[in-house]
Amino acid sequence: MREEWEPGIQMTPHKRLHLKSYLMVLVMILAGPMGNLMLSKGMKKIGKITTNVSSPEDLLHMLARVLSSGTIWLGIASLLTFFVAYMLVLSWADYSFVQPTSAVAYAVVALLATLMLGEVVSPLRWLGIGIICLGVLVVGHTNPRTTENR
Amino acid sequence: MLEVLFFALIVLAGTGGELCVSRAMKEIGEVHDFRPVAIGRVLLQAVRVKWLWIGIGLMTVGFFSLLAILSFENVSFVVPVSALGYVAGALGGRFFLGERVNGRRWAGILLVCAGVTLVVMGKG
Repeated sequence: MREEWEPGIQMTPHKRLHLKSYLMVLVMILAGPMGNLMLSKGMKKIGKITTNVSSPEDLLHMLARVLSSGTIWLGIASLLTFFVAYMLVLSWADYSFVQPTSAVAYAVVALLATLMLGEVVSPLRWLGIGIICLGVLVVGHTNPRTTENR
Repeated sequence: MLEVLFFALIVLAGTGGELCVSRAMKEIGEVHDFRPVAIGRVLLQAVRVKWLWIGIGLMTVGFFSLLAILSFENVSFVVPVSALGYVAGALGGRFFLGERVNGRRWAGILLVCAGVTLVVMGKG
């Protein structure tokens, strides 16, 4: 996605700025919830810390198991991806644009919970998710950047 | 009283930390090149900006405050916290980062607040 630009003309046209921002927010709302889900799955496979750990050696043993779990590492990689995308989008987009639009993650969390964990999501929660999406649609139509580029 | 303190800490430190990360990235300027090497270079630049570390520090304080409060408060406590974070974020964007939050954006943010409140209530 490299583009040539002259130092004097740094404003990206609105359409391209919107596209860039949407793509980054998309990475965030997928990688964030996926990372949390994988961490939680990985830790549940290892078991309750309070019941399995009674001495410092147990704790080290537990730590070794955590660090040798592929699921945990996938989760960590996913969360790192989230944070890098977050930093990148903030290099051009307003915080007051990124923070509300990334709330679509609530919808992703609910979808992952129903599809992958078989959880039942309450009607109230779906209603809330609908309202969030409406709000994101409204914010998404504002200009991602309202400050001058440095 | 302690609740009020933690409450303020979670909202202010959590959102404040994100605002500082945003400020750090604005100092670096718009990223145009998304090849891995170029992204690596941006990250190396970012770790040298003090706002990034202030931000990460504040986010850590916010996270541990949340953990602390959850150890002696009901989970329903997170409802106002998650919703108010968006209002605090918009105000911070306006006054700390100089962003122009127009009526349309405010309307969307308030919808997100209402939706998040319902989602968190619907989990209980």
